Amino acid sequence: MSARAPAPLLGAALAVLRKDLLAEWRTRIAVNALFLFAFAVLVLVGYAVGPTRLAPEDRPTVNAVLLWIVIFFSAMTGLARVFVKEEEGGTAAALRLAAPPAAVLLGKYLVNIVLLFAVTAFIVPLFLVLTSFEIACPALFAVLLVLGCLGLAGASTFTAALVSKAAAKGALFAVLSIPLLLPPLIAAVSGTQVAAREADFSAGVDFVRVLVAYDGVVTTAAFALFDAVWRE
Amino acid sequence: MRAVKSLGLAAKWFLGLGMAAICWGAFLYARPAQSFVGESSRIVFFHVPQAWVATVAFFVAAWYSGMYLRRRRIEDDDAASAAARLGFLFCVLATVTGSIFARVMWNSYWNWDPRETSIVLLLLVYGAYLGLRGALEDPERRAALSAAYALVAVVTVPFLVFAVPRMYQSLHPDTVINAEGKVKMSSDIRLIFFSSMVAFMGLFYWMWNLDRRVSRIVRERTA
Repeated sequence: MSARAPAPLLGAALAVLRKDLLAEWRTRIAVNALFLFAFAVLVLVGYAVGPTRLAPEDRPTVNAVLLWIVIFFSAMTGLARVFVKEEEGGTAAALRLAAPPAAVLLGKYLVNIVLLFAVTAFIVPLFLVLTSFEIACPALFAVLLVLGCLGLAGASTFTAALVSKAAAKGALFAVLSIPLLLPPLIAAVSGTQVAAREADFSAGVDFVRVLVAYDGVVTTAAFALFDAVWRE
Repeated sequence: MRAVKSLGLAAKWFLGLGMAAICWGAFLYARPAQSFVGESSRIVFFHVPQAWVATVAFFVAAWYSGMYLRRRRIEDDDAASAAARLGFLFCVLATVTGSIFARVMWNSYWNWDPRETSIVLLLLVYGAYLGLRGALEDPERRAALSAAYALVAVVTVPFLVFAVPRMYQSLHPDTVINAEGKVKMSSDIRLIFFSSMVAFMGLFYWMWNLDRRVSRIVRERTA
């Protein structure tokens, strides 16, 4: 199609990642939104639930839900920024010329993974301390967190690209992301409840399977369809 | 052209009379199934076809979304959005009838049975799709972006319909899709049930065509 040899995908994606992290480091808009929101909600949850207010038998059920709600809504405050800022700043056209679509999506996906892993690494220890949430199987818990965040980042990066072209971006981002993210969130919450109760990894392996399948399927679909969104 | 028109008229009459016959058969011909409270099993003749149409409509919307992205014909977008609107309608109907059945059968309108969960998620997907359409002004951009969203959403639907419900114990009766792949119905129920499935699909097809034609007329008038 073009005379220019296609830039190696990974190299271009890493360049997008580097550019975005640098820009983020200079403004810290997404980071501030994510961490301040997460901290505010953690304070609220910690104050309301506290280490002793829940009966010990209720803790796995309630705390697992609260933890994922904090992670999910923190993600919803900051992850749309990767594409919204390109449209608002008028830099989307230049990015369209500079890198192939798949590299843009991969780069933005990596940015959101970095952001989400960072905020999750901030949320989880504080949450465990504030609510005295004890995990019987830390390995399962860690696997669920990683897979859950990959799924969150994957689907929400794609919806971020969609809403960046629409009116009422902020409201629409959560509306579009929630239906796509409910299956992995249900699996992650249920798996976390199992991880809190049982020390045996195999007890929660079904949820891990669902998450792996979901992450693979949604990421593949997002890459297949991104072209159509990015060119609009 | 005249032959097509009279064929269409005949199909409409057939559909109308067939629906009337199914309503009669559902309440007066088929016997109530065993192990259900009172007459509550009769809801199967309406609830299951509605849920089925809601699911099929979703795949129709996805199919035409894919066709739009391939061919860039705005008529494909009409077809996709018509299917999504109708799918939303049938999804609401299936949710409400299912909830009424749950009240009769399990004494609670809503108890987050896996089937209830998955249909609520389908409702959310439809709602989000229609919300996205509402937020996009330009017809071509609206068509392309909502098509892309529909296709990503369609890959999550199998998780909602098949994976999540099977991760938990469900109270929902097995009807057509069950582990043994057998139809567990008596012959009178089976007759009405499958007639109703066909009639509901016909109803969907008819309404879908009307919606597409309306979209085309609106576009021609406003262009």
